[in-house]
Amino acid sequence: MADVSIRNVTKRFGDTTAVSDLSIDIADGEFIVLLGPTGAGKTTTLRLIAGLEAPDAGRLSIAGRDVTKAPPAARDVAFVFQQYSLYPHLSVYDNLAFPLRSPIRPMAKAAIDAKVRTIAAMLKIEDKLANKATKLSGGQMQRVAIGRALVRDPAIYLMDEPLSSLDAKLRADLRLELKRIQAELGATILYVTHDQTEAMTMASRIGVIDRGRLVQIGTPREIYENPFNAYVAQRLGQPAINLVDAGLFPDLAIPQRTATLGLRTEHVAIARVGGAARGEGRGLVRRVEHLGDQNHIHVELDGTPLVLLADADSDIGAGDRVDVRPERPLFFDREGARL
Amino acid sequence: MAAGISTAHSVVEPSPLVRRIAGAVVILYALITIVPLIWIGLTSLKSPPDSISYPPKILFEPTLEGYCNLFTTRSRQTAEYLQGLPAASGRCEEIARQRSMVVVGASNFVPRFWNSVIIAFGSTFCAVTLGTLAAYGFSRFKVPLKDDLLFFILSTRMMPPIAVAIPIFLMYRELGLSDTKLGMILLYTSVNVSLAVWLLKGFIDEIPREYEEAAMIDGYSRLQAFVKVVLPQATTGIAATAIFCLIFAWNEYAFAVLLTSGTAQTAPPFIPIIIGEGGQDWPAVAAATTLFLIPIVAFTILLRKHLLRGITFGAVRK
Repeated sequence: MADVSIRNVTKRFGDTTAVSDLSIDIADGEFIVLLGPTGAGKTTTLRLIAGLEAPDAGRLSIAGRDVTKAPPAARDVAFVFQQYSLYPHLSVYDNLAFPLRSPIRPMAKAAIDAKVRTIAAMLKIEDKLANKATKLSGGQMQRVAIGRALVRDPAIYLMDEPLSSLDAKLRADLRLELKRIQAELGATILYVTHDQTEAMTMASRIGVIDRGRLVQIGTPREIYENPFNAYVAQRLGQPAINLVDAGLFPDLAIPQRTATLGLRTEHVAIARVGGAARGEGRGLVRRVEHLGDQNHIHVELDGTPLVLLADADSDIGAGDRVDVRPERPLFFDREGARL
Repeated sequence: MAAGISTAHSVVEPSPLVRRIAGAVVILYALITIVPLIWIGLTSLKSPPDSISYPPKILFEPTLEGYCNLFTTRSRQTAEYLQGLPAASGRCEEIARQRSMVVVGASNFVPRFWNSVIIAFGSTFCAVTLGTLAAYGFSRFKVPLKDDLLFFILSTRMMPPIAVAIPIFLMYRELGLSDTKLGMILLYTSVNVSLAVWLLKGFIDEIPREYEEAAMIDGYSRLQAFVKVVLPQATTGIAATAIFCLIFAWNEYAFAVLLTSGTAQTAPPFIPIIIGEGGQDWPAVAAATTLFLIPIVAFTILLRKHLLRGITFGAVRK
């Protein structure tokens, strides 16, 4: 394990700039999640670090060693791909042993065997070792793929949406497991995803990436509570933050130049007309989504739709008139920058 | 579905009627293809008069005369001379005596057959090896003028081979490659390599690059990744390509007639000129043809498993 540093890295494919002037320092033992939509340059960033792509500008160093021009094999990284993860012609055992049998890191047969069995046990796939890689379920395949990275002890593990093709239940299980394993091994991981839940639950720091640029990096709490701009605020929160015109709540004290208000669903008080709270606006409840532990209330306020959060036992229903009062609004200027 | 009992029939599955028609078509095609082969096999077991009798004989007394004539050379002798000889030793000698002949030596069939084996398998090996490497290069690297080069490679197959026969004949004569096994291997390799490149490029394109990338990150060089990851997954394509190349090289006639006459002559130009007593020795020709078919059938059966196999069994989730 070691520090990884990415300095002002740029990568272009023809006319499109996939990664633009990106800098991140990853400390030993950190679990960094790069969060961004499809096409934001997350995967390209991983491929640059792995050496599968060469940067057009910038420098990469791993453990203090400049690896900008080094071939993938010499970089001491492990990669978990989103798909095509297992060698179809090999058994599970051989898939796991494959990285250990590489000619640049000669290792004794017994040591390889011990390592493969330890990792298989950790991932609960010991009984599948003799299987063909293709005779596994999706979840098992992905465990093996992660295992193939974990058998090594590289400077950094690079993971490209390794859980994205799994069903929700399995994804939640593996998420926890991955976090546990990371803590257990003290591994340094750079993990790429568009799933905010994965980012929030696993990351020690989240880097929000947009069109090849790193917009903000910080702990999940920092990113959530203190977003740098409206884009970052929109990336986190389920349902997404409400971005409304600054004039929607005339009574609210707002800083100058505020163009947009950001209202997290849970940062808005809602009360039926006739209740205790006095409202600035008068809203009409269009629809209520009952999720069991909470309700999402879709309110229309002077023609602006808002999604708000209410307790599971709230008795607000469609057609009710409600008062809506922002509690901890975020202020953004015309360009979306935070005020 | 009757009484709501599902028999798990997919709508994309062919109906029983379609299945029966398809089966009938396949059987018909198989019969059309196989009847000439059976006829050749039968003819190889006939005596020369039976082989040319009209109407053709379906039932006949089988004899090994065709095979004996194929493997031996014989000479006609006078009745007095034959009577003075000791009793015939061996089946072929016996058959020859009945035709007032004696066996005087082995024919050229065995060496010609070996030439075919060496040239066909040698050129197939070269074509598939070169084809695999070239196809990998075209599939994975940025080759300048890639599309033009690929078209050029394909275009070598567009003219009939006989169109270049005379230039090649002259070149070979100058280079001393006429009637040599090396010359024939080179020629068949160069013809087959274009087919091999195109076929294999398709197969290698299908193998996701992620496998090699994974291997390279895991500490393997590109060549090692190629050997350990690409080749095993390309076996199906390599097997299919090898069969096509082998069939071409094995059956090739025009260049073989033109460029080989003696030491390097292959079986195809040799077989039609097997002359017996009083003209073409059809049973011997049929016997040679039957034996000539065996290696290719064996090779195809050997690789059949790979031909039928899907390339990655759906291991990749697309």
